[in-house]
Amino acid sequence: MNGSIAVTGYSGPKVRSDCEIILELRSEGEIVIDLTSKVKVLYGEAIKNLIAEVLEFFGLKHAFVKVNDSGALPFVIAARLESAVKQLVNTDLEYLPGMLKENWYSTVRDRFRFTRLYLPGNTPGLMINAGLHSADGIILDLEDSVAPERKSEARILVRNALRQINFYGAERMVRINQGEWGLEDLNYVIPHNVNLVLIPKCESVGDIKAVEKEIYRIKKEHKLKNNVFLMPIIESALGIENSFEIAQSSKNIVAIAIGLEDYTTDLGVSRTIEGNESFYARTRLVVAARAAGIQPIDSVFPDVADIEALKQNVKISKSLGFEGMGCIHPGQIQVIKKGFAPDEAEISKSKEIIIAFETGKLNGLGVVVLGSKMIDLPIVRRAQKIVSLAVSLGLLSESWMNDI
Amino acid sequence: MPIKTVINAAGRSVPLKINGKSEVPFMGIGKYKPEGGKYSPPIPSCTDFPDDGNKVIISLEEALRKCGLRDGMTISTHHHLRDGDLVSNKVFELASDMGIKDLIWFPSASFPCNEPLIKYLDNGTINRIEGSMNGPLGRYVSEGRMKGTAVLRSHGGRVQAIQDGDVRIDIAVLAAPTADSFGNAKGTGGSSACGVLGYAKADYLYADKVIVVTDNLIDFPCFPMEIEGNYVDYVVVVDKIGVPEKIISGTTRITRSPDRLLIAELTASFLEKSGILKDGVSVQAGAGGTSLAIAVFIHEILKNNGWKSKFGFGGSTGYMVKMLEEGQMEFILDAQAFDLDSVKSAEHTTNHIPYSVFNAYNYHSKGNLTSMMDIMILGATEVDLNFNGNVVTHSDGYLLHGIGGWQNCLHARNVILPIPLFRDRIPVIVDEVTTLCGPGELIDVIITERGIAINPLRQDLIESVKESGLPLKTLRELKDEAESICGIPQKPQFEDKIVAVIKWVDGTVIDVVRKIKTP
Repeated sequence: MNGSIAVTGYSGPKVRSDCEIILELRSEGEIVIDLTSKVKVLYGEAIKNLIAEVLEFFGLKHAFVKVNDSGALPFVIAARLESAVKQLVNTDLEYLPGMLKENWYSTVRDRFRFTRLYLPGNTPGLMINAGLHSADGIILDLEDSVAPERKSEARILVRNALRQINFYGAERMVRINQGEWGLEDLNYVIPHNVNLVLIPKCESVGDIKAVEKEIYRIKKEHKLKNNVFLMPIIESALGIENSFEIAQSSKNIVAIAIGLEDYTTDLGVSRTIEGNESFYARTRLVVAARAAGIQPIDSVFPDVADIEALKQNVKISKSLGFEGMGCIHPGQIQVIKKGFAPDEAEISKSKEIIIAFETGKLNGLGVVVLGSKMIDLPIVRRAQKIVSLAVSLGLLSESWMNDI
Repeated sequence: MPIKTVINAAGRSVPLKINGKSEVPFMGIGKYKPEGGKYSPPIPSCTDFPDDGNKVIISLEEALRKCGLRDGMTISTHHHLRDGDLVSNKVFELASDMGIKDLIWFPSASFPCNEPLIKYLDNGTINRIEGSMNGPLGRYVSEGRMKGTAVLRSHGGRVQAIQDGDVRIDIAVLAAPTADSFGNAKGTGGSSACGVLGYAKADYLYADKVIVVTDNLIDFPCFPMEIEGNYVDYVVVVDKIGVPEKIISGTTRITRSPDRLLIAELTASFLEKSGILKDGVSVQAGAGGTSLAIAVFIHEILKNNGWKSKFGFGGSTGYMVKMLEEGQMEFILDAQAFDLDSVKSAEHTTNHIPYSVFNAYNYHSKGNLTSMMDIMILGATEVDLNFNGNVVTHSDGYLLHGIGGWQNCLHARNVILPIPLFRDRIPVIVDEVTTLCGPGELIDVIITERGIAINPLRQDLIESVKESGLPLKTLRELKDEAESICGIPQKPQFEDKIVAVIKWVDGTVIDVVRKIKTP
């Protein structure tokens, strides 16, 4: 045993949807649970039963558990308790809450990734409704938004969240840590249907290969079928230098992103709104992505309150060739989506392509031609995606084809 | 001795006698029409009052004595000074010092600042509160520690009770930001300005004795006369009637929570797509963060379409004032001001008209303002599968809030409740509400972040949004969704003892609150 008292989680007047657990392992006596909770009347029994169940699962017979709860959902309580147990006891057992059947959906390589919402992996309150804000993807973050001393706790919380939270079709992503710690992170998340892994501070092909190898091993062990894609984040000068090599190093890479906070630090400059200091890196990244046939993704915009500045930033980002941005607050999602959405010209063109394609089908033509250009299937598919996105954004009526 | 109870028309078991008085159980909406005349206070004579019209008396204590403060009296106050009120607590502090017992406090609402009154409940100065009970006072009552049975009424129900003589006010102690020595008073001016004094109207008209307490005595005449001096016995001048920062919040703010904004957006979308929001519409929304966000969206839609709302009914806020100033609203009819912008507007803008709940909400009058209104945005602590609503207790059984104008507002044409599906793991949709405050047939639409439920009684609304693309679900589906996330909650345990009764807008008893069972 590694000491006899463990403390995990959070309590306090500002804490919502979380709990603090103080676990004391004893050598004799029964399990004693001391529960303080806003929801004691409604869920007191259920919480105590859950705690007893988790302790039994880990074979712990003599313990004192003090729980200070602020409306934490069951999977959060279980995660906090499991973390406390693992601070004191060496075990490989995992108390896995049920996996929602809705959570087994897979992803495709070229889905739109305009907006991805970062969710700090140790803050369950922000995760519960994340899927309602219609981001293209959600990122459960184990890296920079989690304090180093909380990273072990975050792993278990994120694992449980992947199983128990419905993200309503958003692409399920996790940002792992760098290096060895990150490879270990994969064991906690890959078995629970992660669609895409973000690899931070990526500087070399070696970084990619190590992650890929570990994912492959885990998939094989758990007999997982769904694709797990990769998105390296380039955050340094060396990363930028190696960006093309990284971008084309694996079929599993579907997008490549830039992290401007760390990049500008690496250069020894300040990050500005005008972005001159990162202009080269951004355009270089776009070129590398295009050359490798993957999506280039821009950095997050840190000033959550300044919506006007965000709009400007998105405009410039799109004009440089980026296809999406990270979001750190749901309030940014609609603005970014609208900014990267197809414009009039793209929608018009896409409509023409689809009409040509449908006409060609009707006439039994083997090849579809628009003007003097041949239109092959990937182009038609992209046009269909643009049109369906335009419809979902309200830029085009659903019955547009009948109106012609 | 067991209390005799009956099952009322809403299926709830209610007592026939409360605090020694007979009560009428809820008979259904619009079914109870009492006979007889309105109550009147004793006839005064101006020979008993100073010829020079100077009713200023040396202290509140002296005024209470002169009014004959005795055991068992009903003392009323208004809540326009909100959490900054210094007067209500003072009254009972003085009463306690004078050795008075078993008073009934009859406020138009209570606030956290009234927590010190627990001392006077404990020592017997106060027998019971007939009015709202927030936070600590609510807990106190739920734990069965109050001597008498609490009675909760809506704003309109309070006016009905005063007018019908259900409650006879012995002494009304009315704080006034500005007053003259004759007793004329208003809600603007001075350092404790609160905007309007509408909640004091029933009190000053019907109480036996009326004391006006001010920290801003001006020369006669004080006008507009929201309190008319001919009804006032004494005027007391004190240093401060209230704490300014707590009377009016500087600004009310729309919610910044992304989840609440989502609900607000969905609500605005529903109002637009159903066709409820249109030119000439009348609107009321509260001052909560979500309501304000909805008000902002409504403003935008009105502007974009070149529409104008005929009137908004307040509690007014800066957001409503903006609609008035920018031309999207013709009138604000105002029962209370919630922030500085609305206080200023009430003072200076012609179309910002004081409109007391005395007229707007009294069910026993010749017309109800709320039934004339198109859009009513309200909240709730719980809603059940029959659309019944609860605003006074939480699912843990503790008294939490007063009714406010909620019951009165249910008579609007379209009653819409934008509420989160669950708050900190507490599901808002339940099998049966813990306390019934409003019958389901009056509640039309529930809007949560995970879907919209329309009352089956409103086939017209269901038709209007059928093809709209809005996420329409049944209440049962929403309840199941909440429970699959939060777990199935247990119900609170109660003892038999009734600690509070809930009155409907017509004075009948619609439900009760029982003492919490402590394990």
